[in-house]
Amino acid sequence: MSAYTSVKELLELSEKRGTPVWRTVQLMDCEEQGLSPEDSWNAMAGMLSVMRQTDRDYDRRHRSLSGLSGGDAGKMEDYIASGRALSGPLISSVIAGALRMGECNACMKRIVAAPTAGACGVLPAVLLPCAGRLGVPDERVIEALYVAAGIGSVIATRASISGAECGCQAEIGSASSMAAAALVHLLGGTGQDMANAAALALKALLGLVCDPVGGLVEVPCIKRNVLGALEAVAAAEMTMAGIRSRIPADEVFDAMRDVGEKMDASLRETGEGGLAGSPSALKQGEREV
Amino acid sequence: MNVFDILGPVMVGPSSSHTAGAVRIGQIVRRLVGGEIVRAKILLAGSFASTGAGHGTPRAIVAGLMGFMPDDERIPRSFELAAERGLTFDFGTTVLRGAHPNSAVITAENDRGERVEAGASSPGGGRIRVFELDGLPASFSGEVPTLIVRSEDRPGYVSRVTGVIAAQGINMSKLQVEREARGGRAVMVIECDQRIPYKVKMAITAIEGISKVTRLNPGEESK
Repeated sequence: MSAYTSVKELLELSEKRGTPVWRTVQLMDCEEQGLSPEDSWNAMAGMLSVMRQTDRDYDRRHRSLSGLSGGDAGKMEDYIASGRALSGPLISSVIAGALRMGECNACMKRIVAAPTAGACGVLPAVLLPCAGRLGVPDERVIEALYVAAGIGSVIATRASISGAECGCQAEIGSASSMAAAALVHLLGGTGQDMANAAALALKALLGLVCDPVGGLVEVPCIKRNVLGALEAVAAAEMTMAGIRSRIPADEVFDAMRDVGEKMDASLRETGEGGLAGSPSALKQGEREV
Repeated sequence: MNVFDILGPVMVGPSSSHTAGAVRIGQIVRRLVGGEIVRAKILLAGSFASTGAGHGTPRAIVAGLMGFMPDDERIPRSFELAAERGLTFDFGTTVLRGAHPNSAVITAENDRGERVEAGASSPGGGRIRVFELDGLPASFSGEVPTLIVRSEDRPGYVSRVTGVIAAQGINMSKLQVEREARGGRAVMVIECDQRIPYKVKMAITAIEGISKVTRLNPGEESK
């Protein structure tokens, strides 16, 4: 049983112990797992280095086994390079980063499930370019990953991080919520700010169903990583602007579970409803099988 | 949920259940057989059968049979690597009643001609569970130190086996015993709190009527 089951408790623990949120997440986990803080830190640094490595090694020529995905991040990169992109360099690179990681996952490259393989693009797509833009050292990004993990573990405890249980809101929604809080850490926000950003991000993604074409983690999963990453940036920016969520994070997580429980099974990773049931998706399935 | 269940595992995509879990299934079969696997028949069931190809499930299982870890970048090339190693395999599909949708039944044979048939499922997050071993029901994941003892069903053998474990100061957390029929084949699965040393395996192997002893110590998967 986790030492905290709500963001409220996590912030209280952090205050009581006089440690920052990231450190509280790390120490509570170390106590629970019988892990030394050094080993934990090194393991987390390892997660960041896998994210960086895979992002760097993206190859636009690679295609997934199904042939459904690959190459789109390359198109986005070309578009950015052409100077025609309407969004600024940061937002453009968030979009490209999410596509890169999502495609790497589909093409059987090494990724960090965060919190799942299908949503693995959100955190790196937000943190890598934002850390670069802010010029923060790696230590700070590793700290931010602890913040993300703390939020994610509360979501997993109170709701779910599984598409089969609660739909895509539990995967991309959770990843977005985690990334929003992590970005607030990079921006120097408080624990309350992190909770606020986590709430804002997930609120916007409630109800998102899990309807993968052919049951594969490709369509629409890869592009939903873009959505999750962009929403995370927006939630962190709104938070730093002083905008407050009327519903606290823990209640948003509970609402996500409620929505998930009411979601029809055909919309929870069964590859039946939604986009998976569209004529084009069904035609794709015939080709593949 | 611990921190590295949320951020992690590091794995080869695209799916924790259909790819990472499939590697783990191959891996546990390898550990159950012991030695180098030379032949395998792999039957995919449920969602493994219907969406496995696009998730790389077959390649992931074969990678696991060769002892690869879920983050091994050679997983996509496992078929070619298996051919180089002299591991032959074929795939089929099966229907399993009452099993988790992500399941496979694998019959594998090692270079000494020893065979194991195991059914395992991958419910999510890369976790797995063996639900059948050599035709008998079982339930273990290999996430904790586990001892698997195959034997004839004889009076007193359970206490002799557990006696060896107790004598080593190892605490058992779970004990399952299943048998075919009275006096027939039996499988005992013992989960423990401490790592199971080699001498425990040897001492149990020496007990009359014991045909095979396998130990699964977490962190020693690729050995």
